[in-house]
Amino acid sequence: MRKLLLFIPLALFLGMGFFLWKGLYLDPREIPSALVDRPMPAFELPSLTEPERNLTVADLTGEVALVNVWATWCPTCKEEHSFLNQLAQQGVTIYGINYKDEPVKATAWLQRYLNPYREVILDQEGRLGLDMGVYGAPETYVIDAEGTIRYRHVGAVDANVWKQLQAVIEQVEGAGA
Amino acid sequence: MQRYLFLLMLWAPLSLAAIDAYEFRTPVDEIRFQELTAELRCPKCQNQNIADSDAPIAKDLRREVYRLINAGAADSEIVDFMVTRYGEFVLYRPVVNSHTWFLWYGPYLVLGVGALVILMIVYLRKANRRARPDAKKTELTAEERARLDALLEKDNKG
Repeated sequence: MRKLLLFIPLALFLGMGFFLWKGLYLDPREIPSALVDRPMPAFELPSLTEPERNLTVADLTGEVALVNVWATWCPTCKEEHSFLNQLAQQGVTIYGINYKDEPVKATAWLQRYLNPYREVILDQEGRLGLDMGVYGAPETYVIDAEGTIRYRHVGAVDANVWKQLQAVIEQVEGAGA
Repeated sequence: MQRYLFLLMLWAPLSLAAIDAYEFRTPVDEIRFQELTAELRCPKCQNQNIADSDAPIAKDLRREVYRLINAGAADSEIVDFMVTRYGEFVLYRPVVNSHTWFLWYGPYLVLGVGALVILMIVYLRKANRRARPDAKKTELTAEERARLDALLEKDNKG
């Protein structure tokens, strides 16, 4: 009995060691989104390409799509932009939210690097971003045909991330059909 | 003098929190603002609250807290507003639920286990002593005494 007691510190050490070791492989920036499986927040914001026209959630619904939060001040957005262009060429519907940016710069950027977005929502104040829980660009959401958020990815979209997004899209499309 | 300098350092976080220079309708609102921004965690720079952080998102959230306070929202409404957008992650003082009960009550649990271990050790010792009442006695038997004398004598001679 006494000998067993002596093993308690070792057991505690091993237990803590296991959790700390697991912790090494967790990404602290991965915050579970509070908005997954909730509808897109309502908004009424101008389009970047046609400023006199206002966009609402209704403009994003109808099919499963990606919603990409981007800005010209965000270096990672530049990194992922050519990949988004590729996706758009493959026929993926992508909506853009131009987050806390200047429209002039954003327009110039899309002219220079091409425009993968079906619509670009102009969120200069960051109000829509705030309602979506955006805390840093780029962020990419998967929304279903009804405009419900199904997935959120923080950081650049690349081939690996696209695989995950694709799996979500397939699942959502399968459930909807 | 030097002894009191560190007291000044304690005030530094408070003065940082007021960096945006918001104007409040009542002093109570201002205190609420300080408390709320100190308790909400910045989603971008995760080891700071939104009062201390310089990240743009923290600034936006401070502005939002200010707006809500001036709109007459209660503290719980403001916290709910943040949680629906950024998740329970933003709470430095998490609510008690099935995910967080261990966080809240774990320390008491560990304390209880510790107390139990100490009680067990004490009990075992007592039980041991009761089982062998003469174990602690230092007196030697006649046989041991004779052997000790013999050894000492041998040592003295050598």
